[in-house]
Amino acid sequence: MTSWFLIIYCGLITFFTRFSMIALLKKEMFNDRVREVLSYVPSAIFPAIIFPAIFLDNAGSIQIEDNPKILAAFVATIVGILTRNIIATIFSGLASYWFLIFVV
Amino acid sequence: MNNKFKIFLKGIKDVSPLMIPVVPFGIIFGVLAIELGFNGYITMGMSIIIFGGASQIIFLQLFSAGASSLIILSSVGAVNSRHLLYGAVLSEHLSDLKLSWKIIISYFLVDQAFAVSNSYLKNNNDKNKHFHLFGAGVTCWTIWQITTFIGIILGSVIPDKLGLTFAIPLTFLALLVNDFRKLVNVIVILVSGTIATLGYQIIPFKAYVIVASLSGLIVAFILTKLMNKKND
Repeated sequence: MTSWFLIIYCGLITFFTRFSMIALLKKEMFNDRVREVLSYVPSAIFPAIIFPAIFLDNAGSIQIEDNPKILAAFVATIVGILTRNIIATIFSGLASYWFLIFVV
Repeated sequence: MNNKFKIFLKGIKDVSPLMIPVVPFGIIFGVLAIELGFNGYITMGMSIIIFGGASQIIFLQLFSAGASSLIILSSVGAVNSRHLLYGAVLSEHLSDLKLSWKIIISYFLVDQAFAVSNSYLKNNNDKNKHFHLFGAGVTCWTIWQITTFIGIILGSVIPDKLGLTFAIPLTFLALLVNDFRKLVNVIVILVSGTIATLGYQIIPFKAYVIVASLSGLIVAFILTKLMNKKND
């Protein structure tokens, strides 16, 4: 029973972090400068998800040597820059990752 | 076909490529939950009530490790704090909507929906443009529930060795490819990524995501200010 309550609380927290800014901010608060800085939000958030998932092992320690994810992410980045295609980027990364762990 | 429905479909279409990695992620979540001893109802309940991949994985990790409720709640809050920024970015386009719409859209506001609808909302002035975000969000929701269910059924059939979790960082990487060509973005990306990696174990309550993101934004604020000054 406690886990259900905890899940509901977590759901509420998740909802209200999404809702609060949408509810509180008004159009008038935006100007070009605010817009300019906010345009960097994806560049500021996504690496915080990407980098640890690539450079850390399951225990959370930094793993540089013998880490196929780094090379696979590098390949995906190059493919992404060249093609600007989301699916090509994801698949080139996964394919090179599997190649490195199963073939090499 | 009316305009609202057209925009709704456009949202579905735009978010679809991003659903490919969500499929293994949802299945992994279901499999993981069952492996950790949660039953199918609770697992499904998590996907419906919380509806946020990162939050749910953190929940599983901490709950099964016996963490206290306070730690679980604050960690979920920290992982979610990036949504404050998503909300801040999108609010400009949503501020004229009725409260009921703001509530509905907030429930569906996940990373992938934000990523595709942010650019759509910026470049369109239709008064029904929020239907794009709605369409993208509903798509994410549907895929997430179906794949959670498949994960519950599959249990432990899927081998860990495939490393499907690696599809998650790749998705976000794919969303950034356009930014790799711009110097300020590259600097922001490196700052945020480095702080998150180094801070992962040091920063408590999994707050590394928001600490790294805010650091990146501060750098963006300073760099753009310097560049604007130079151009004056």
